[in-house]
Amino acid sequence: MSAAPEPVFEAPWHAQVFAMTVHLNETGLFAWDQWAQRFGATLARHRVDRDLDGGEDYFVAWLETLEGFLAELSVADAAQVEKLRAAWEEAYLSTPHGAPVRLADGAVG
Amino acid sequence: MDMAGWLRQSAVMPHDHSDHDHPHSLLPPEPALRLKALETLLVRKGLVDPAAMDAIIDTYENRIGPRNGARVVAKAWVDPAFHAALMEDATAAVSELGYYGRQGEHMVAVENTAKVHNMVVCTLCSCYPWPLLGIPPGWYKSDAYRARAVREPRKVLADFGVILPQDTAVRVWDSTAEVRYLVIPQRPDGTEGLDEETLAALVTRDSMIGTGLVVSA
Repeated sequence: MSAAPEPVFEAPWHAQVFAMTVHLNETGLFAWDQWAQRFGATLARHRVDRDLDGGEDYFVAWLETLEGFLAELSVADAAQVEKLRAAWEEAYLSTPHGAPVRLADGAVG
Repeated sequence: MDMAGWLRQSAVMPHDHSDHDHPHSLLPPEPALRLKALETLLVRKGLVDPAAMDAIIDTYENRIGPRNGARVVAKAWVDPAFHAALMEDATAAVSELGYYGRQGEHMVAVENTAKVHNMVVCTLCSCYPWPLLGIPPGWYKSDAYRARAVREPRKVLADFGVILPQDTAVRVWDSTAEVRYLVIPQRPDGTEGLDEETLAALVTRDSMIGTGLVVSA
């Protein structure tokens, strides 16, 4: 066995979105079959437009499903998430290269 | 550094791009930014513990993977009592070896013979026996595999370099959120004297999904 093992996750955020979903299932926020049904539906919807290759686009579909499911469960309002996304973007853009990136105190949420 | 540590670092340290002189930190890709926003919100609400997320990533990066399934297959080859128990109730049999947990609540072992070759797919999404095989490879999650495995399994097998005799039947198992399958590949000829550990090293991930065969070293 000379070949190096394939990475389990291609990008850090793939691992993070996977872990967050497993974590929320473990803490009892939803059952796994509820998740699988919704994720399957997202994949089927995306497939109408193009073939998914099982890499980045798979996790994009995963994230979209999680965002929708958490909104459906009333734990993450889409507008609130968008405000935080904008706050993080601003934090990255205003932080000098090499310095830790943090949300400004009192950032929206 | 392991993935969990790397993630923790990458969460606070911008990426290093020495070929450009960036006045500010590099913006993460759009989905990563959206996920960060979601995580921030859920941490504030007390619904997400970042340390628990790190532990989950560490588990799937470093502790769970196809080596687990390979040990199960090798044991089934050499231990008739375990083989019988595995075919009877795979979930119970592998639990006794310490392989249980998420996505492994109901596992079924399907055994390849000269007459039948089994392969596994999840047409719904990507259900997979995590405790035995870890996280599925990209191709298992692709539309191409998920659609073609059922429709034209022999062609898919050929793409993987697996050519079966015409009189070997191909059986395709569709995983669900409830039932996950482990293929027990055929033990290759010429491995009669090998011990369990040596045999386990021959067993590939693909052979346990049914898209590969085990060959002797």
